[in-house]
Amino acid sequence: MDFIIAFFLLVGAFFVLVGSIGLVKLPDFFMRLHAPTKATTLGVGSILIASTLYYLAYKQTISLHEILIAVFFFITAPVSAHLMAKAAIHKKNQEELKKKN
Amino acid sequence: MLNIALPIAFIMISIALVLNLYRLAMGPNTLDRVLALDTSYINAVALLIIFSFYLANPLYFEVALLIALMGFVGTVALSKYLLRGNIIE
Repeated sequence: MDFIIAFFLLVGAFFVLVGSIGLVKLPDFFMRLHAPTKATTLGVGSILIASTLYYLAYKQTISLHEILIAVFFFITAPVSAHLMAKAAIHKKNQEELKKKN
Repeated sequence: MLNIALPIAFIMISIALVLNLYRLAMGPNTLDRVLALDTSYINAVALLIIFSFYLANPLYFEVALLIALMGFVGTVALSKYLLRGNIIE
């Protein structure tokens, strides 16, 4: 059980790190928007699974907070990414319009 | 096993937060800064969850949930402002 918890914890931390490296390294805004989305779903999801297993194994309680946080993240992450992409496209269109005139 | 994995996870997420800070300072655009703030609140939530089971104290889940809520509202408000010029029409 200890091994499984440590595995999920390290996978989650790895994906969070990969998302931030992508945020720094990638050249374009839309590419940068793609990288941290993985950190949200895979990284925080794996860490929440590890936390659930820990409380189940060592405290013998089923804690519902993790499910609440996971559901909240899985609903809100696409919404915020969509709004940011919309704002970026709007800004790009305006700059092209300014260049044309 | 867990007492080796926990510090490694702490260090990895802290490095991720420092990289977000770099993008927040250097971002060429306003939207890059909004994206860096969005990523850094998600990383802060991950750090708080790990801290919660480092201390074996479930109180930190409430803190994580509050930070997630406030961060989402902030991101939506900022991108709405950049899109339209005002937040609530």
